[in-house]
Amino acid sequence: MKKLELERKKTDENGVSAVKELVCIMCPRGCRLKVDESKDYAVTGNACPRGAEYGRKEVTNPTRVVTSTVKVEGAVHARCPVKTDRDIPRPLVRKAVALLDGVVLKAPVRRGDKVVSDILGTGASFIATRNMEASE
Amino acid sequence: MTERYDVAVIGGGPAGMAAACSAYENGAEKIIVIERDREPGGILNQCIHSGFGLHYFKEELTGPEYAGRFEEMLGKTGARLMLDTMVLKVTQNREIHMMNPREGYSVISAGAVVLAMGCRERTRGAIGIPGTRPSGVFTAGAAQRYVNIEGFMVGRRAVILGSGDIGLIMARRLTLEGAEVLACIEIMPYSNGLARNIVQCLEDYGIPLYLSHTITEIMGKNRVEAVKVQRVDESLKPIPGTEMIFNCDTVLLSVGLIPENELTKEAGIKIDPRTKGPFVFENMETSAAGIFACGNVVHVHDLVDFVTAESKKAGEAAAKYAINGNSAAFNSDSKAIINGENIAYTVPQSIRTGNADKFAEVFFRVKRVFGDSAIEIKDGEKLLKSYKRQHMAPGEMERIIIPGDILLSASGSLTISAKEDEKL
Repeated sequence: MKKLELERKKTDENGVSAVKELVCIMCPRGCRLKVDESKDYAVTGNACPRGAEYGRKEVTNPTRVVTSTVKVEGAVHARCPVKTDRDIPRPLVRKAVALLDGVVLKAPVRRGDKVVSDILGTGASFIATRNMEASE
Repeated sequence: MTERYDVAVIGGGPAGMAAACSAYENGAEKIIVIERDREPGGILNQCIHSGFGLHYFKEELTGPEYAGRFEEMLGKTGARLMLDTMVLKVTQNREIHMMNPREGYSVISAGAVVLAMGCRERTRGAIGIPGTRPSGVFTAGAAQRYVNIEGFMVGRRAVILGSGDIGLIMARRLTLEGAEVLACIEIMPYSNGLARNIVQCLEDYGIPLYLSHTITEIMGKNRVEAVKVQRVDESLKPIPGTEMIFNCDTVLLSVGLIPENELTKEAGIKIDPRTKGPFVFENMETSAAGIFACGNVVHVHDLVDFVTAESKKAGEAAAKYAINGNSAAFNSDSKAIINGENIAYTVPQSIRTGNADKFAEVFFRVKRVFGDSAIEIKDGEKLLKSYKRQHMAPGEMERIIIPGDILLSASGSLTISAKEDEKL
């Protein structure tokens, strides 16, 4: 992926911080964005408004929606999938996932049930992403 | 007496559920979905990451959420969902032979059948990696099931072969579960995964991607102990002197998916060797009248949203067939789609103009990476239409709409090709 090598390239020929090129991760389309720091983080190359927001955020305060699983008892399967109900700062991802260690749910679980509230003071919560019926 | 259904769908994953919902919306009354697992949803149940549904639901969902929504929609149709049931045989006169532990062997018949069996992973055997045969070599999807559903960790130090999306997703997943992912090794000079997955699964975690490299030996007696990795030349042959050794206990293979068509082949339905799925017409009908196919059993999709769209098309056509029987369009003039330069395959492979008077959608993959480029539709040497693209890659499915008048104007077949934009 030649274009990806350009990603996070921070300087122009004169060594002056200018345009950053990156791949939008808001959806699988993967738009090639250009973010101009000198023009108040103006984003070009985006196909939708989500791309403009992502481009600005990615160079100022990158965030991610985090998905993982937790242990569940009394269901057909051993693990229940969870996600953060909103994106959290990228540097907190590993610490956030560590909060799930030791969490044990009991079936039945409903999609949207809160699993961990207020992750590391962000206000985001981990929520269950599927129903898990109690097994006989 | 064999029980009779309007529409029978084989497979309860995203393709099968969407086809059944669409068959119901289009007037089919008695619908059955036959699924071999204990729950519907197929592979979505283990795809716990987000990124699904942006096209269809206009919001970003995880795999289980996407499956859950379709399960609820399916529930409202009153379709019979037959779980834990293996289909053994489908016939051209639309009889389905199946088996489960409750009812034993049974046979049903249907006005129309939708094949939605999905795909499976290529394995170590399929690519023939030399070396010993220790434990610790998994397909990425098998590892995903162990980690996300069964609750087993597959290893501590992993190397991933292939940069398909499941491999990239598992690189992040294993990292977050405490394993060290040493590298992702891709034999091609480009990644087969979505660009977003390279960014958020590898770059976010500092996992190196070695393009034009492959594993040339797996070492270890009982458990994987190391892999040898070499750079490859343009003909994909390992270059001597470029050997690197990675000490690891786990190898994940993300080396491609193959449509699962044993039932299709046994039914005598025509298979396209390029897609390894059934040859289909514009409404997803196969070479057998009244038998339709959709989703990854036809060709491997990048996005479940596209599977849903294709499956709704198949479900609608199946309902119409079940209600009206063979339509006039079935026998209308058909235009074959010929793969021209740089085109790996197209779906559909042929368009019947009686079903495509307004337009026809064609999906395809290109054979290599393109920058500014053009897709051309030709009738022989005559250019009928061209479409501009800024970027195309084999890992990203392309879609074009061919207007009905262009279809009708073509003499017998249409050739689709891709090339660099000449103006640059």
